[in-house]
Amino acid sequence: MKPQSMGQAVLIGLALIYLASLYFMSSPVWMGFTINALIVAVVALAWNITGGFGGMASFGHAAMYGTGAYASAILQVQYGINPWIAFGAGIVAGAAMGAFIGALAFRYGLKGSYFALVTLAFAEVLRICASSFAITGGGSGLQLRLEPGLSTLQFNDRSVVYTILLVIVALVMALTAWLKYSRFGAYLIAVRENEDAARALGIDTYRIKVKAMAISGAFAGLAGVLYLQVWLFIDSAVVYGSAISIEALIGPIIGGAGTVWGPLIGTLGLHLLGEGAKHLLHNAPGLNFVLYAVVLICALRFLPQGLMGLAARIGTFRKKEDDNA
Amino acid sequence: MTYTLNRRGLLKASGAAALVSGLAMPSILRAQGQTVKIGVLEPLTGNLAYNGTQCAAGAKFAADAINAAGGIKSMGGAQIELVVVDAQSRPEIAASAVDTLAEAGVVAFTGASASALGLASSQAAAKYDLAQVFSIGTAETIVERGLPNVFRFTPGVNKCTSVALENLKQLNAAAGNPVKTAAIVHEDGPFGSNMAKIMAEQLPQQGIEVVETISHPTPHRDFNNIALRVKASGANMLIPSNYLNEYTLMARALRQQRAELMAIYSILGGAASNIKFVRENNDVAQYVMDCNHWYDPSKPESQALAASVAQAGLDLTYDVMVSYATIQVIADALERGASTDRKAIIQTLAASTFDGSIMPYGPTKFVNGDNVNSQPVNTQIRGEEIELVFPEQYATAEPVFPIPREG
Amino acid sequence: MTSLILPAVLSGLTMGAIYALVALGLTLIYGVLHIINFAHGSLLMLALYAAYFLSFHGGLDPYLAIPILLPVFFCLGYVLQRWVIAPMSSGSEQNVLLVTLALSMIIDNLALYFWTSNTRSVDIPYAYNTVEFLGAYLPLGRVIAFLAALAAAPLLWLFMTRTRTGSAIRAVAIEKRGAEIVGIDVNHTYAVCFGIGAACVALAACLLLPTFYVTPQVGYTFVLVAFTTVVLGGMGSLPGALIAGLLLGVIESLCGLFLGESLGQIGIFTAFILILLFKPSGLLGRRAA
Repeated sequence: MKPQSMGQAVLIGLALIYLASLYFMSSPVWMGFTINALIVAVVALAWNITGGFGGMASFGHAAMYGTGAYASAILQVQYGINPWIAFGAGIVAGAAMGAFIGALAFRYGLKGSYFALVTLAFAEVLRICASSFAITGGGSGLQLRLEPGLSTLQFNDRSVVYTILLVIVALVMALTAWLKYSRFGAYLIAVRENEDAARALGIDTYRIKVKAMAISGAFAGLAGVLYLQVWLFIDSAVVYGSAISIEALIGPIIGGAGTVWGPLIGTLGLHLLGEGAKHLLHNAPGLNFVLYAVVLICALRFLPQGLMGLAARIGTFRKKEDDNA
Repeated sequence: MTYTLNRRGLLKASGAAALVSGLAMPSILRAQGQTVKIGVLEPLTGNLAYNGTQCAAGAKFAADAINAAGGIKSMGGAQIELVVVDAQSRPEIAASAVDTLAEAGVVAFTGASASALGLASSQAAAKYDLAQVFSIGTAETIVERGLPNVFRFTPGVNKCTSVALENLKQLNAAAGNPVKTAAIVHEDGPFGSNMAKIMAEQLPQQGIEVVETISHPTPHRDFNNIALRVKASGANMLIPSNYLNEYTLMARALRQQRAELMAIYSILGGAASNIKFVRENNDVAQYVMDCNHWYDPSKPESQALAASVAQAGLDLTYDVMVSYATIQVIADALERGASTDRKAIIQTLAASTFDGSIMPYGPTKFVNGDNVNSQPVNTQIRGEEIELVFPEQYATAEPVFPIPREG
Repeated sequence: MTSLILPAVLSGLTMGAIYALVALGLTLIYGVLHIINFAHGSLLMLALYAAYFLSFHGGLDPYLAIPILLPVFFCLGYVLQRWVIAPMSSGSEQNVLLVTLALSMIIDNLALYFWTSNTRSVDIPYAYNTVEFLGAYLPLGRVIAFLAALAAAPLLWLFMTRTRTGSAIRAVAIEKRGAEIVGIDVNHTYAVCFGIGAACVALAACLLLPTFYVTPQVGYTFVLVAFTTVVLGGMGSLPGALIAGLLLGVIESLCGLFLGESLGQIGIFTAFILILLFKPSGLLGRRAA
């Protein structure tokens, strides 16, 4: 988790200064959109486990994100279950969905674009199902009753919400760092680098990959539950739509896939860019997305290792091999 | 923590934001008194972009008309300045957009075309004591949450369906009850599903049997099967509730499959009240009836609006009308309250008895945020025009029911 | 309900022809460049607008727009691949995917900005004409699209197998290095292939417009089905795309009839998942992953 170059230290420092500065400037706009960015950052961190460390680029993290959100919402709305229990259940449901998709996809040896497409298809099937059945509220979606309090996990005060999200993001990042340097993380990276070689060395690659999907699914499910608790409303297009799947992968790729800080930095950077574009092109809805996309393309061209990769090359502290923070 | 910012706090906040972002917001620094800001929160991109853009246009026409007539007179002729923000057809973005509105210093805002967006935005606005006057927000949950800042000027889904059913009963009775069976085709979102449920319960009470109910997603590519099933069901009448694109495809498929219907009676139909549909599909559009939001065409402001819309080369849809009316409602509250204090505006809105809007409503009366004197009306497509046919006091043409057989 | 099965199958076949037409270009691009082109739906939208404006301003029937739009879109596709997608993605598969995604964002939002979100459809005299076949009424526009798809897939296949350019494309698809060594300009060949894919999209658009509408979001309506068609047919297989498109049209139509239209698309995606899991090489594909 420690920076390994001057550039990375500066980049991480800038992110931390920005996050801290929100406490001192009483701007609800910046806090509001950073709250959204932090929820997306959790999905981005989830994607990073499979896509970054494991090299399995999913195009359907919405499948796990939405399952987490729906599991928690169904328990609370339809069965009146305590929000804290529902919160945990959402994470478990996300993990289960991740493991299920992983088990199916890897059982049949899918990788590359096939894996991307099958995750996309799962998210779509779930989206259609969620908008068709009564238990998910059909097309109307599910809405939590507005009753702020610690017992309902709803907070009126935005800075409390923000603080909770910061703590959760930090926890997820700490877990990511721990995973990365654990035996499991080493196996996972080995699978990404050369799966056949990993298998030859006696690693049960199937189990490692399914486990990675389960952990990733747990994080994504957590993000879905966070969305539900912050906005109190979900419907199938919101949580199973492709927008969140795309956001889940763009952040890590721009920030630096397979790094601990990359997903957070990439997501924050892209959200700041999107917000900036909105202000620059205030009266032209849609053009802000054009600008956003142009910057995205340029980033892909000129930052092959993402922002963290670029920063790693500036003022390196140590030898080159180990340039991921 | 509440965010009731005074002007000084606002300046400080925006100054800090501008420092961090490097983006100045000069409009906020302009002196108050000459202008009063009203927010317009609509989905300008994404799936709902068409409705959102139409609503934003309607709000602009209203602001222009009010400004041209001397602005808010009780506030020294203050001019209305609209702050338009994009909800991107996503609830969390709609909620964040409320922050932008609050920071820009709006006194109230209108929105948000879809119930999901409106639910999110009004909840976010409650924290600022910022009033949201709903242009379109048919889901009843909007007014069932007890939020004091929620004002739904237009009728919700329950009222629209009950009025539509009552009107249908009268039309059918006047024609000697020729319609005995009905097929319901609805989109599977909240708007279509709710409607279908109420219709399926209520229609049998007026002697109309529902012989077929078909739901479809949005977007849907192929309506041939649906047309075939409607035809095979032998229904006399079709009750559709879906959006413009699907309605267009459905109407074509019905014609191609030679479905013989006595009536097409839609409720909050996306197309039957849309002049573009009438122009591009004139043959199949004839005699389609719709129970929907619509203005009172006899009012001078309505005629002026129709003229401005035509001049701007836009379509005169109900979105334009209701959004125009919500700005009128807010302007009236400002006129009476003569204050830009948010809480004061909520109070003046809650006490509103405004009856000068372009809508065919009685004096405004908000009960738990729902305007009890709002009502939908029946329109019917006749030739190149959309005529208002029901209720009689606003009608521009006599209703034709059932559809005359082609001879 | 049983009396509706035959008309539903026929209707599904004609809809499936459109899926096949959209998928032809996509499968060609995948088969050769090994990239998932997320901008495919946006190109379809662009072509629909082009055909619409030719009809609206130029009074040109959408079918007569085919000879104009095919070369225009070939050039567009060529330029996009050669000077945007290839240089910007630095060769990584993941990046290509993201570049095409970003491209689709650019195209869609520019369309929204310039042409607004209005739904547009062409007003043509034969809009309601139908063809009676086995007691079912089939919309004329759909029947034409069906016949065109039946003709287009074999023609494209012949082009790929019988011409010099086609052979070069196949050589690059199978063995990029080897093709380079024997003197084939790989970048040019890739761009040609992308251009042909875009031209296929233009063809699909001209055949679709008379029975459909166009909005800036219309591409999404078809893009996921097109992916499914490509996978089902076998990534890179042209006859496979045709058969898969028709099959998916029928599956969707029958699922819609029996499960309800809302769940009709479930049939498509379930087929998609099952194929990916059990036979990722698709119906007519040679090799997988």
